[in-house]
Amino acid sequence: MEHLVINQGFPLLSFLIFFPLFGALVLLFKSGDTFARFWTLAITSLEAIFSLPLLFGFDIKSADFQFVELYSWVPQWGINYIVGLDGISILLVLLSTLIMPLCVLASWKYIQKRVGQFMFCLLIMQVSMVGLFVALDFILFWVFWEFMLIPMYLLIAIWGGPRKDYASIKFFIYTMAGSVFLLVAILALYLENNHSFYIPDMMWQNYSTTFQVLVFLAFFLAFAIKVPMFPLHTWLPAAHVEAPTAGSVILASVLLKMGTYGMLRFCIPITPEATLMLAPYILWLSIAGIIYGGFTALAQSDMKKLIAYSSVGHMGFVTLGIFVLNPNGVEGSIIQMINHGVTTGALFLCVGMIYERTHSRELSVAQGCGKFMPWYATFLGLFCLSSFGFPGTNSFIGEFMILAGTFEHSTFLALAAIPGAVLAAAYMLRMLQKLLYGTENNPDQSHLKDLSFREIAVLSPFALFVFWIGLGPQPFIDLIHVSVANLLENLETWQQAQNVAQVMLQ
Amino acid sequence: MDPVSTTANIIENSSHLGIAVIIPLIGALTVMTMKNNPNLREFISSASSVLLFCVVLSFIPDVKAGKILVYDVFQLLPGLSITLRADGFSMIFAMVASSLWMIAVFYSMGYMRAHQEHCQTRFNACFALAIFGAIGVALSDNLFTLYLFYEIVSVCTYPLVAHEQDKDGYSGARKYIIYLTTTAKMFLLPALILIYVLVGNLDFPTQMYTGMLPPDTKSWMVVMLYIFCILGFAKNGIMPLHHWLPGAMVAPTPVSALLHAVAVVKVGVFCTTRTMLYVFGVDTMSALNLGIPTAYFVGFTILMASVIALTKDNLKARLAYSTVSQLSYIILGVALLTPHGIEGGLIHIVNHAFAKITLFFCAGAIMIAAHKKLISEMSGLGRTMPFTFGAFAIASLSMIGAPPVAGFVTKWYLLVGAMEAHQIGILLILIASTVLNVGYFAPVTYKAFFGKRPASEEQGIKEAPLSMLIPILIAVTISVIIGIYPNFMMDFVKVVTG
Repeated sequence: MEHLVINQGFPLLSFLIFFPLFGALVLLFKSGDTFARFWTLAITSLEAIFSLPLLFGFDIKSADFQFVELYSWVPQWGINYIVGLDGISILLVLLSTLIMPLCVLASWKYIQKRVGQFMFCLLIMQVSMVGLFVALDFILFWVFWEFMLIPMYLLIAIWGGPRKDYASIKFFIYTMAGSVFLLVAILALYLENNHSFYIPDMMWQNYSTTFQVLVFLAFFLAFAIKVPMFPLHTWLPAAHVEAPTAGSVILASVLLKMGTYGMLRFCIPITPEATLMLAPYILWLSIAGIIYGGFTALAQSDMKKLIAYSSVGHMGFVTLGIFVLNPNGVEGSIIQMINHGVTTGALFLCVGMIYERTHSRELSVAQGCGKFMPWYATFLGLFCLSSFGFPGTNSFIGEFMILAGTFEHSTFLALAAIPGAVLAAAYMLRMLQKLLYGTENNPDQSHLKDLSFREIAVLSPFALFVFWIGLGPQPFIDLIHVSVANLLENLETWQQAQNVAQVMLQ
Repeated sequence: MDPVSTTANIIENSSHLGIAVIIPLIGALTVMTMKNNPNLREFISSASSVLLFCVVLSFIPDVKAGKILVYDVFQLLPGLSITLRADGFSMIFAMVASSLWMIAVFYSMGYMRAHQEHCQTRFNACFALAIFGAIGVALSDNLFTLYLFYEIVSVCTYPLVAHEQDKDGYSGARKYIIYLTTTAKMFLLPALILIYVLVGNLDFPTQMYTGMLPPDTKSWMVVMLYIFCILGFAKNGIMPLHHWLPGAMVAPTPVSALLHAVAVVKVGVFCTTRTMLYVFGVDTMSALNLGIPTAYFVGFTILMASVIALTKDNLKARLAYSTVSQLSYIILGVALLTPHGIEGGLIHIVNHAFAKITLFFCAGAIMIAAHKKLISEMSGLGRTMPFTFGAFAIASLSMIGAPPVAGFVTKWYLLVGAMEAHQIGILLILIASTVLNVGYFAPVTYKAFFGKRPASEEQGIKEAPLSMLIPILIAVTISVIIGIYPNFMMDFVKVVTG
């Protein structure tokens, strides 16, 4: 078990996983809506504060897993409790912890029924999100992967919109179908690896080609549903549209990243040969998703659907960056995962704020509201610009790096992705135009109130990150750089070893 | 230029470049907070315009001495930064944009108040933001900064074009934003990233000869990038991507004047010529024979737009097509790749700006004073509005290229440049275009002064208000002064061509 920096002293990662669970358990015993709100806000804020030491304790010069905690769990089956953090996961963990207090704040007035249970679900979500990104044991990973399904299902099914049953069940079935394949792949690897679930040991092994392809496909199906990649995306618009604001934000910001995180963490190192073999197809699938997402978003009149389809396009960029398999592409896609979390999360919050006022998500109902809500217009404008990659905002950096990586890989492929960027500008500007200006006869919006202090407080951190990543991304890239470089170096070394072996055979 | 003298000529950390860019931004933000105090709001607008002009003036001594001022603002990625620079090339545009902002602020105060327009705060703020973008474009030190400010101009001028918020306003503005963002995303973004991948950074070199592409770049790649850059900066109004320009004429006249005669379109040609000379470089362009085909390509725009202008009876539409035509002069001059051609093209940025802003101001003054938009209704109006139409006549002489107005200097250099390049065809295009210019400008003046007023004409038309007349007269005077004494601006151009 080399490549592990064992945590000395305070078990920070375990604390981050179980602290929200403690918060959730307290909610079971104490009722009261106001208490639930304040308690959950306190728990998630403390969680966010306690996650910051990760940033200071993290050694950016090392590609090893850090803050590692190791306990035996079910020894007879080789299951351990191992958690650790490296450059690929650290930003995602921080994103999950920092976004939660904002989700609680955003649900302050939106959720009026069964507040305590809603907050309970949010805290359980938090447990599984943090746990999933730090798990280094496959069973542990799978437990968190499944664990997250239930609170998300409940968030949609109880607090969702009119078609909540359809959406929640569709979400559940899709993800469950993926999970089954994931479990099969995990068990296959378990048998192949001397009955061990320890993830780092499974990487860079010489599995047979057939085995790799099968495992890769099983992984890929599970993760592609989660991302979601075209054509497995149909659950996403339904889930987004019906979910309450906080649910949409968590779904967009964190849950979708689990798929792309899985591709980086498992597909590439565990099945390198299959990755190299199948990458070209996945690249074109990503392009298809980018273009398809763009066109579909352009045709939507429901704001949440529009943003949901834009997610399909944006996540297409992420998978594109991962599978060009060069430093710019992979680093760009990790940055883009964070960007998408920030920008799309903020856009869902913006839509939620309009929904609270007009009780509709239709563009035509809300059009022209910008005139009476100048603060809202400012924030919305910023996030829309960020979403289509306006230079100086966060998404530009992500798209720039991904496209630079793609150009290094193949000029033609990158040029094929460009219409996606054009479409992004088209649908985002269309939405912005409708909301801020509308047409010459808008519905009367003069009754709309501008953002409250609470709402500005929710949106401001997002705006901060839009500019921070947009103008000074280097600290973020430094965090991930060594781990990504290590991943790609290992891939190259592995590839060379394979070539040598082939020559020897001949 | 040897490397030693190159480094000696660069003055790093010139923070006043940052100040120049930030002034209009702060001006815009302050204006936004002053919804209820129009006088203070307009005082802020004018004060920031004067301040900006003074800061830009302060660069002159260093730049005329051949030095380059540089200021790093943000470093995004290795080789990708927001950096400002002032050299001869940027000064040409920075001087124009900052001085005309001053004049335009005063003019629009008169116009907007006389017209009692709605949303004047938004108007003033976006106006300042557009100048923020234009100054940023002028002072950018690399392709990324140029692209950033180019996009800022696109987005910030949308509210100005859509200002009327009626059906025409929305459809014109939609066309405007679709053309500009689509071309920028479709062509500029890939060009930007490809150049970054090829070169490792996006910084402009300090002279216009070598360009920034490595010498071993494949020629099909260079040609593709070149086409991307020419089409990507669609603000330059080259046909067939010019439709947004006449469409955007739905905006109030001061917007048309400043933005569609000066800021927006000049941002387009400035970016185009900046990339032609500093990304590709004269040597690369000559080696791949990119110059002359470009010159003929834009030559088509020059002639075609003039012919369309002939058919337009709406004065603003005629001026819009005249702009399309005149912008291509600038690109044509640079595309000739001879010293005189380049000088003629670049100086036309200045000459066209002052003359065209006068013409638009006059159109606005006629709108306010006589409520006339169509040329056919302006017969005899010159006798009641002598100053307005007098200024119009002088400015149209500049467009035609007659001495002693500024346009003559351009024509002279362009003709010499065409001869240097041994291009009879270009020479013919220039001559034909001059004839066409006479064809669509002369009748306006002629009708105004010598035409017969229709008997049914309502009475009580007076000369335009003084607040509009003064900016008109200042702009036209400058046009004449730089025609008689072109050296002040020519010095910057000479710094560029060495």
